[in-house]
Amino acid sequence: MNALKLVFEKREAVSPAYKFISPLLAIVMSLVLGAIFLLASGFSPLKVYYYMWWGAFSDWYGISETLVTSIPIMLCALGVALAAKMLLWNVGAEGQFHMGACAAAWVALSMPGAPAWQVLPLMVLAGMAAGALWALLPAVPRAYLGVNEIITTLLLNYVAIYWVEYLVHGPWRDPVSLNFPLSAPFSDAARLPFLFGTRIHWGLVFALAAAALIWFVLGRTKWGYEVTVIGENPRAARYAGMNIERNIVLSMCIAGALAGLGGMAEISAIAGRMTRQLSPGYGYSAIIVAWLGKLNPWAVALVSVLFGGLLVGGYSAQVIGVTAASVNMLQGLMLFCVLATEALGRYRVRIVREVARAGKEVGVDG
Amino acid sequence: MGTVDYAVEMRDITKRFPGVIANDRVNLAVRKGSIHALLGENGAGKSTLMNVLTGLLRPDSGEIRVRGAKAALRSPAVAIALGIGMVHQHFRLVQTFTVAENITLGMPRPRFRLDMAPIEQEVARFSAEYSLAVNPRAKIWQLSVGEQQRVEIIKMLYRGVDVLIMDEPTAVLTPQEVRELFETLRRMTADGKTIIFITHKLDEVMEISDRVTVLRAGRNVFSCDTRDTNPRELASKMVGREIGRAPQRPSVAIGGPVLELHELAALGDRGITVLNGIDLDVRAGEIHGIAGVAGNGQRELAEVITGLRRAASGRVCICGKDMTNSAPRSIIEAGVSHIPEDRLGMGLAPNLDITLNAIMKRYRSGEMSRGPVMDEARARGWTGDLVERFSVKTPNLRTAVRLLSGGNSQRLLLARETSCVHKLAVAVHPTRGLDIGATEAVRSILLKERESGVGTLLISEDLEELIALCDRISVIYEGRIMGTVGRDQLDLEEIGMMMAGMATAAKGDERSEASV
Repeated sequence: MNALKLVFEKREAVSPAYKFISPLLAIVMSLVLGAIFLLASGFSPLKVYYYMWWGAFSDWYGISETLVTSIPIMLCALGVALAAKMLLWNVGAEGQFHMGACAAAWVALSMPGAPAWQVLPLMVLAGMAAGALWALLPAVPRAYLGVNEIITTLLLNYVAIYWVEYLVHGPWRDPVSLNFPLSAPFSDAARLPFLFGTRIHWGLVFALAAAALIWFVLGRTKWGYEVTVIGENPRAARYAGMNIERNIVLSMCIAGALAGLGGMAEISAIAGRMTRQLSPGYGYSAIIVAWLGKLNPWAVALVSVLFGGLLVGGYSAQVIGVTAASVNMLQGLMLFCVLATEALGRYRVRIVREVARAGKEVGVDG
Repeated sequence: MGTVDYAVEMRDITKRFPGVIANDRVNLAVRKGSIHALLGENGAGKSTLMNVLTGLLRPDSGEIRVRGAKAALRSPAVAIALGIGMVHQHFRLVQTFTVAENITLGMPRPRFRLDMAPIEQEVARFSAEYSLAVNPRAKIWQLSVGEQQRVEIIKMLYRGVDVLIMDEPTAVLTPQEVRELFETLRRMTADGKTIIFITHKLDEVMEISDRVTVLRAGRNVFSCDTRDTNPRELASKMVGREIGRAPQRPSVAIGGPVLELHELAALGDRGITVLNGIDLDVRAGEIHGIAGVAGNGQRELAEVITGLRRAASGRVCICGKDMTNSAPRSIIEAGVSHIPEDRLGMGLAPNLDITLNAIMKRYRSGEMSRGPVMDEARARGWTGDLVERFSVKTPNLRTAVRLLSGGNSQRLLLARETSCVHKLAVAVHPTRGLDIGATEAVRSILLKERESGVGTLLISEDLEELIALCDRISVIYEGRIMGTVGRDQLDLEEIGMMMAGMATAAKGDERSEASV
């Protein structure tokens, strides 16, 4: 009896060319798989992809909206990537983003008459501090007790999101908002300025500065060296006298601060008041972006822009009736394909035809 | 069919692995209904031989007969079908399943509907018959190590095994559990089952076995009925006698103690005491060897000294200063270098390049950085020097360490560890797995260390190496120091006895005893 068998063999080393190609491969694969779903729901995939491309990148308005959308993703993803360098899964960027926005809104709402040079730096600080604190909550038990951070960071997202819900429905609701769950609008001084006459705002500068800073810190500093060694071999790091616990807490807090800054920028520049729907899941997209960018800060920045385009393009595809859920699905497919291409880089798949051994052949023949 | 009384016969089994012959024409004949001890140091070929017998490995040549009939043991399933099963040292149980579920796991029957009641009854029957007390409904994680071992034994009985191989079964047990295990094994042999008992503990061989086979370096060296031998003879067979006297080395002035351990105790990974009141010192300019069979607390000893494992009680003094349970970093800064057992798993980061590995203990010092920023040029320059001085062969300094040969990565590790200012070196199996050239290089580095006044604690299973290098050798057994002998009074037989857990009296007493 012949049987076909799939065999996974570990490769000696991941080829450098593949490392470069695999994110592209993942994107192409997810577009192909997405096309199947689109076909099944009665759309022409080419037409949908064209609309998405057109909406996101065809004109200056589309490009600027793409960049606007990429800002919160970029800030969250840089944090996710930094934590991932230390083998930590920060699934909590969404929550850290919301807490950052919340703290920034609190500063803005409590200082209605203050000038911009006072209120904006305070909002930045408050946003980053709140994000860091929200990451500190799961970081400490992870560092000292080994509590799985994937679960704790994920669950804290819901706490943060419902906290925002509570604020906009309760204490912060603007009495003149006709019962809509919105806070009072911020003063003009509390609005982060736009750039180039578009909706692109100072958050982009923050995000690019953060990418540069992380690139420098990881590659050029003692602390970056520790992060690299801990990520490659935690046992060796401990053996070499590095303080792993402290570095876990520190990198998670920086990750949280970046996501918190993203929340601050979004609420200050774009929303201008506390609302329920601050994020269509930027913090979750950030995880996909971080891995598509192979945790490299510049690549993460670039992929964030592509993802911004995916979201903006998704809105314009809704014009021809494609549901928002389809765009979410495409994002999900991308993560799936990233993970698949990662695995294919490390393993070789072979199909083996083998003769199944029947039980009877076996045994005593003497 | 003239050999009906043998349960298993292995004839001229040869198994080669790249670079080594693990089994070289090994013979093993096990009588039905007996307990047969398989004795030997690590690397003697016991595991390979048993893996052949359980169908995990195929021999390059040789013949296996089971109950007198020639057998082709192609896989573990075939071995089980022929009634040969093994209880491994590390149990293969699903922690969240019950005892009965683990026992039925992987069985072809029942095919669909899983009714646990008959299985539980069967388990209870085996429990009663062989005094293997265990609750069939308990989950594995609730059980002690001894109980888990019973589950493994029942698993084999349930599969109809009548030749049971036990791989160092007492290593993880408390003395009380050892008693119970021996009782079980006796009941099983009384019932006609056959046991192969892998061990390196002489007192257990003497107590439980009917016959003993000693392997050394992949070959049979000795086989006889247990009642016809004694621990002293077995120890000398196990360790071998071909090792000559200690070679000459330049004499070095021995200084004050750089390491003192007082009543040191520590727990292992499984929460069992693995170090049990260690008293030991290492002096400047001395190499103090720790001999012992693997798994007697050597790894943990090195970890406690270097701050990687907590001491449960007792004291670790480095250069006269109490450093018990200090952070690894403080211990490094106190002048302790560490050549760990697991080179690539702990000593180096294999995916990082040579420079990043070389500076692992230096990057904190000001010489490779300006403030928090690393000075890459200086790091590479320093590493280049190091690589040249210790003749590490590598294409360049950006080569990932995993691409280096075993010898070269060990050279790099030693280069790093001996290049910083240090007073004590803790070296664990520093030449394991290296070829002759690399071994020589490592040994000469250790001797140079000694000449420069560094105190070295050398943990090794290789007696030849210990004798060649050490000023004193202590023997560790089950977390205790069994005794210490100086270089001028080395007695291999005595070391062998201590390694196998037989207490020997002090030298002087023994002589007087012998003269009586």
